Amino acid sequence: MNVSRILAAKPTNLVTIRPSNLIRDALAMLAQYDIGALVVTNDANELVGILSERDIVRRAVVVDDIMILNVGEVMTKNVVVGVPQDELMNVAHTMTERRFRHLPIVEGKRVLGIVSIGDVLKAQRDAYRGQIDTLETQVMADMD
Amino acid sequence: MSNVGTKENPLRVAIIGAGPTGFYTAEHLFKRKDLAVEIDMYDSLPTPFGLVRAGVAPDHQKIKSVTNLYTRIAQKPGYRFFGNVKFGKDITLEDLQDHYHQIVFCTGAQSDNYLNIPGADLEGHHPATEFVAWYNGHPDFRDRQFDLSQEKVAVIGVGNVAIDVARILSLSHDELAKTDIADYALEALSNSGVKEVYIIGRRGPVQAKFTTPEVKELGELEEADVFTLPEEMELDELSQKELESTADRGTARKVELLKSYADNKPTGKPKQLTLRFLVSPVEMYGDEQGRLTGMKLVKNELYATDAGTLRPAATDQFEELEAGLVFRSIGYRGVPLPGIPFNQSWGVIYNEEGRIIDPDTNKPIVGEYTAGWIKRGPSGVIGTNKPDALETVEKMMEDLKEGSYLHPSNPDAADALKMVEERQPDYFSFEDWEKLDEIEVARGEEQNRPRVKFTTVKEMMEAVGKQAAEPVV
Repeated sequence: MNVSRILAAKPTNLVTIRPSNLIRDALAMLAQYDIGALVVTNDANELVGILSERDIVRRAVVVDDIMILNVGEVMTKNVVVGVPQDELMNVAHTMTERRFRHLPIVEGKRVLGIVSIGDVLKAQRDAYRGQIDTLETQVMADMD
Repeated sequence: MSNVGTKENPLRVAIIGAGPTGFYTAEHLFKRKDLAVEIDMYDSLPTPFGLVRAGVAPDHQKIKSVTNLYTRIAQKPGYRFFGNVKFGKDITLEDLQDHYHQIVFCTGAQSDNYLNIPGADLEGHHPATEFVAWYNGHPDFRDRQFDLSQEKVAVIGVGNVAIDVARILSLSHDELAKTDIADYALEALSNSGVKEVYIIGRRGPVQAKFTTPEVKELGELEEADVFTLPEEMELDELSQKELESTADRGTARKVELLKSYADNKPTGKPKQLTLRFLVSPVEMYGDEQGRLTGMKLVKNELYATDAGTLRPAATDQFEELEAGLVFRSIGYRGVPLPGIPFNQSWGVIYNEEGRIIDPDTNKPIVGEYTAGWIKRGPSGVIGTNKPDALETVEKMMEDLKEGSYLHPSNPDAADALKMVEERQPDYFSFEDWEKLDEIEVARGEEQNRPRVKFTTVKEMMEAVGKQAAEPVV
């Protein structure tokens, strides 16, 4: 299974922000959409970074008024990106090993969506449940 | 009037598509405590069970036994089946809105991904899905023609569909005759000229999608020797690492089996089945009559994406493979339904976790839902559609609680039946199907087969004592 299957039933979950916006705006958006990260794009809608809750927390510890900083100053610039063909198993492994929770999925420079570790876990859970269910059906058929 | 979902005023749901997802959706709805629900399940075919009947390989009867569960769901009070009723032709979205509080589309992925290379339009290149539907006796595909006089056949893709097709082409008459394969396909395949079958995978053995039992089965064919190429079984560094770090025991066993096939020697069996890896077709070529004769393959190398998936990249090394018949099996794809927003990027209904979304407003369309492959795209095994359907049913229940559902002008089960009788007098009820099922199984018993299928709608109607309607002139 590849990550495009996660994006297929989540077309509206991509929330973007510009680097020049304030962290205050970013927090409002995180709260409004109940999400953990914003994709940061430039005027051409190309990916320039990602702003996660963790980025904000890290900076809030050392800066008195984080609210007035620009998103571009706080975001992670060196973003690991995925492609629609990336497989769930590999994505889960990479996100776990490299300890990040949001993976923007891109096609060229265009951002198609974002996959969170929660999405990955849910997809894995459903895949395993499905396999168990199918195996159980076959075991039952053997018993009949 | 009392609340919708109570005994006095049951929730009325239309499910479009009687495949596994349709039944799992019904099951989750029936399981809800404190919900009175009536479900009408529509299908364009007279027979239920979707790809379990028309997709799962005929020699995999154990997988098909999941229909016992679906039959138990169909026997619940409040369930009705309306087979042979086509959405968009016999009934429209407006008809459904007029009779139901909620509508769920579970129409699956009825098309396939095209292979866009020069020569792909040559005669002799087919979607594997059509061949599968043909040998499984799907009425819409029974008249398809495949030139089985060809000696060399290639199947592009390494999913379970590809391996099913390659195996079916390699089975002996005796092996096929034990299955419920369509009679005409049994005859055609028994008399086929096929001697060499190739499975073509663009990545390596570690990344192949087919499962270990399927690979094992290939080594046990009565009339075909199975081979892999030693040089393609030597894992590159990335694949080795992937196998060690992420793959499960099943994958390790699969790779072991595939490696063991590289040591196989011909034993004199009449057919040969060869699994090829790290090659992609880049061109198909044919004779002057436009008939396919072979393919040009490029050798691939693997590279890792940022997120760690191993992908193929073409090298500058090419080879040619002779084949007069080629099946592509590189993924199913959903087909848009009239009046329902479609997400072309992913080949699915435009939806958010099962709620159909209006792409202009990004807001849910009241009362319309989707589940299964037409919701998320084709992935997983049959059972994967169960949690998928649950997600959709949970959204339906949330919306019901919020009072967000359709307000049909005819919310009565009798009215819906009347509509179906008017639009498609030749509809099949679940009782009709059970009658047909019994006859198919009885016909099978005579031949020591699980069933002998009816493969035209006319035959099906006659078998259950329905008069085929005269075509309207």
